Amino acid sequence: MSEYVELKRPLFTPFFMALALLVGLAVVFLAVRFVNGMGSVANLNGGYSWGIWVVYDIVVGTALACGGYALAVTVYVFNKGKYHPLIRPALLTSLLGYGFAAFGAFVDMGRWWQFYNLFLPWQMNFHSVMLEVGLCVSAYVMVLSIEFLPTILQRFRAQALAQRIESVLSRALFFVIALGILLPTMHQSSLGSFLIAMGWKVHPLWQTLHFQPLLAVLSAFTMGFAIVVLESSLAAAAFRRAPETPLLAGLGRIIVGLIVAFLVIRFAAILWQGKLGRIFAFDLGSLMFLIETALFAYPLAVLISPRGRRNAKKLLYAAASMVLAGALYRFDAFLITFDPGPGYSYFPAFPESMVTVGTVAAEIMAYLYFVKKFPVLPREEHAAA
Amino acid sequence: MDRRNFFKASLGATVASAAALASSSVQARPNLEPAPDAVGMLFDATLCVGCKACVTKCKQVNGMPPVPMGGDVHADFALDLSAQTLNVIKVHAEGKGAVKDVLVDGFSFEKRSCMHCVDPGCVSVCPVKALKRHPGTGIVSYDVDACIGCRTCMTGCPYNVPQYDYNNALGKIHKCQMCNQKGVERIDQGMMTGCAEACPTGATLFGTRAALLEEAKRRLALKPGQVYNYPRGDVRKPDSFHEKAVPEYQRTVWGEKEAGGTNVMHLSSIPYDKLGMPPLGERSFASISEGVQGTVYNYMALPAIALGGLTWLVRRNIEGGHDEGGKQ
Amino acid sequence: MAKDSNFSFDASTDFAAIEQRLGVSRRTFLKFCTGVAASFGLGTKAAFAMAEAIANPAKRPPVIWLHGQECTGPTESLLRSEQPTFEHLILDLISLDYHQTLDAGAGHRVEAVKREAMEKYKGKYLLVVEGAIPLAQNGIFCKIGGQTMMDATREAAENAAAIVAFGSCASWGGVQSAAPNPTGATGAPQFLKGKTVVTIPGCPPNPANFLGTVLYFVTYGKLPPIDDKGRPKWAYSRLIHENCYRRPHFDAGRFATQFGDEGHRQGWCLYKLGCKGPETYNNCPSLEYNNVGGGVWPIGVGHPCFGCSEQGTGFNKPMFSLAEVKTHTPPNAFPNIADRQNPTSSTVVAAAAVAGAAVGAFLGATAVAGKKLDGKQAEASQSADKGA
Repeated sequence: MSEYVELKRPLFTPFFMALALLVGLAVVFLAVRFVNGMGSVANLNGGYSWGIWVVYDIVVGTALACGGYALAVTVYVFNKGKYHPLIRPALLTSLLGYGFAAFGAFVDMGRWWQFYNLFLPWQMNFHSVMLEVGLCVSAYVMVLSIEFLPTILQRFRAQALAQRIESVLSRALFFVIALGILLPTMHQSSLGSFLIAMGWKVHPLWQTLHFQPLLAVLSAFTMGFAIVVLESSLAAAAFRRAPETPLLAGLGRIIVGLIVAFLVIRFAAILWQGKLGRIFAFDLGSLMFLIETALFAYPLAVLISPRGRRNAKKLLYAAASMVLAGALYRFDAFLITFDPGPGYSYFPAFPESMVTVGTVAAEIMAYLYFVKKFPVLPREEHAAA
Repeated sequence: MDRRNFFKASLGATVASAAALASSSVQARPNLEPAPDAVGMLFDATLCVGCKACVTKCKQVNGMPPVPMGGDVHADFALDLSAQTLNVIKVHAEGKGAVKDVLVDGFSFEKRSCMHCVDPGCVSVCPVKALKRHPGTGIVSYDVDACIGCRTCMTGCPYNVPQYDYNNALGKIHKCQMCNQKGVERIDQGMMTGCAEACPTGATLFGTRAALLEEAKRRLALKPGQVYNYPRGDVRKPDSFHEKAVPEYQRTVWGEKEAGGTNVMHLSSIPYDKLGMPPLGERSFASISEGVQGTVYNYMALPAIALGGLTWLVRRNIEGGHDEGGKQ
Repeated sequence: MAKDSNFSFDASTDFAAIEQRLGVSRRTFLKFCTGVAASFGLGTKAAFAMAEAIANPAKRPPVIWLHGQECTGPTESLLRSEQPTFEHLILDLISLDYHQTLDAGAGHRVEAVKREAMEKYKGKYLLVVEGAIPLAQNGIFCKIGGQTMMDATREAAENAAAIVAFGSCASWGGVQSAAPNPTGATGAPQFLKGKTVVTIPGCPPNPANFLGTVLYFVTYGKLPPIDDKGRPKWAYSRLIHENCYRRPHFDAGRFATQFGDEGHRQGWCLYKLGCKGPETYNNCPSLEYNNVGGGVWPIGVGHPCFGCSEQGTGFNKPMFSLAEVKTHTPPNAFPNIADRQNPTSSTVVAAAAVAGAAVGAFLGATAVAGKKLDGKQAEASQSADKGA
């Protein structure tokens, strides 16, 4: 009866074991980090206090995990029920993305044993973007867990307890879903607000001040759709299933609209703030900006024509380009063109980058585990229909 | 979902975001005002002789070890602010670097320590109130028991002042707390800061922000070459004076207005950007950021309305069934 | 001196005669020579050369000693010199032919002796000037035997083998040259433009600096290396501040703020009391004063250096005003503005490889998946066509 099925494939493939190896390495480095301090594995310094752990795991990672958010808006707010089959895998990637982002935040926390202060009302600084992000991410991980709970429970349907929980859940689910839409909107925009407070250290082309929250949430939303397309296409290719191109083509149309909105607002902001000349300065900032814009423009060019949208391969490439564009937009603002002043430099250390690689590997492992053991992926016939 | 509802929803979203954006520029809070009894320091780079007595005194007051060069402790070779150094004397030298307080072929000293901003970025961004601006003295202090080590203060500080101790598994943020931290409390006891007390020339002068600003402006009003009686120690009750010819100062007091102003102000003969001062306007980034955040999250009104609307929409769509097939 | 050994003398050096003449033991005598040589930074060889020079009375240079505007402080301090004592200096090391303070005779007779000596030792005598030379109103403010100091100096300098300005007054004008300087007091080097004048500034100057310079002249027949102000480098090339035993207190920020306060009693740095050590070049920290011992020199007894030997400092700057700290040619020990405490790990290359691999893996996976999807879609459309 369900439109979702578990994938009947062996879990412990050589690929899976290779990922496990990467995770093992990351665990070793993390042990060093917790015993000897962050400096023993990471290249952070007085100017670059945030490295890839924050910028990849949290800033980029949560944006990559916006698939669940984007689809929830489409399905439940704009009532496009036909995308419903895509929602479970998207929720799963969101849950994993956010879960590991929270984990990354914890690892990066210099005084992690005091993290509970974030949840003590008398300690909260309501002006702080970080507080907002911390609370929203924590809440959203919980919301995603609840949203994903039916998938877990479906497997244990025989049990009475599971059924009772599910019946309670289904009555409150609309509220949970609403929260699951609000929370990412709030903190994805806040990730942009971070940049306002960083002030002059953010490159002028990325320092759009009042436009930061809007640009951040727009790009995250776009990345959410792109990641759904990407994930679905990769899964189809990897598990040799039929691609869900017709459904994805619809998402492609949405992506086009969002990219246009993003680019228009961004260029308008730059123009309004009189920084247009910076684009053609041909320094690091200008080059990164041009690369970014090209990565945004490519999916726009491909997906604007219905033919491009219906081509599975082109759709995938467009989505990949969009994901890269959104990720680069964040990397550029927070790290690559971020300049805290003369003399400071940052490039991740090997152990530091391996911790991030290990996190991604763990995410993929968890994804493989869930799609193979739980009904996550849509039934193939459905997708082909 | 019919056409009408779609338009309603999208119109609502557009209006909400447009309103948020528009009001953010209207409602944005202005810079904070200096604390009523703000204390601070005035660093006059032209008086600094580079003796580093302030660096030593600071380490003594704060119980911090010297930063050795190459493993052996011979002397303090701190290059910059760090978890071991809250105050450091640096130099800007150009060309031959022969003449003090001259730009071409000259050099100038510069003191790096917390500026104690009037509208501090670190306080604004800290999620757990680990950094606080004292309501009376304006001193920006740090509460180690609240800090979660997220290091947002470091990103939010325009001067890169707060320093996390990366080489310690239980590391914390280190920054100048104007010698008034728990266990030191020099200001509360009516003393001045360690560095101002140690400074032999009055290059680091202690006092209230108002008195220091007055003193700084008095110096700027003097003609270069004119002999001025420079006070040492506390500008309100100097322990002594010394005479010196007035140099050619830059025309502004750094910290009077920059990003809302600072309680620790600087005077110099060479341009401030050469001394590593960041490019700041008069508006503090904290005020812009809080303006945007405040607009969106004022009493959580906007999120609450949004949540209500979303709940209604989602519930209606789930119960009414999706228009294009599929169901939960 | 023998070629093969530094430690023997020519047969002509008659030490028995020296012992007799100087009234000191051979051992004490050699110790003195070695000490003087050491203060030049010269070796044992030079010490023996000096010993030989002193032992040979034929080499004793005749000296004409003039006094201008001054307090006779340099002579007074020289009178209290111990190594050697002054009488040894004037009786055995040099031939003091004219000295207005010490000459037993007086009046026209002495002036006549001076002229005779100047004539007799033309081009060979050493001229020592003590005191400033007033230039205002044709120098009428200082006259000896009806001759102004200007004329006396100019006359004596004419045929001198070397000229030594002894004391701050002679070196750059001293106390009477301080504003408003009504007499136009001027130092010998400024007055005798074009002539090399060795200056031994100080108020009073350290006799050791004078003796060392004279001995160098006696030994080598030329003047020691001097700086741009005519000061022998061996004595005046070091800043007091950089050789002061109180310097660690300066570096540590420990300053006496009042006479008799806790810091003053602890022997802390006197900079805040106006010590001019940071702008004064002299060897007081190492030689102290007049062999009194026990750390006797201004800073040693707890008074800030007054900068007595430094032109533009002593008598020109208020005694308790702050000195300029002259020597730290940057960036010797100061970090530059852009210097940071960066922990830089050497593993960034490996990290860069990881980043490259990650991006590569993403692009590669996308490309491979794209190809597969292309095939699938073709298949699907084929089967769809068939179905239709």
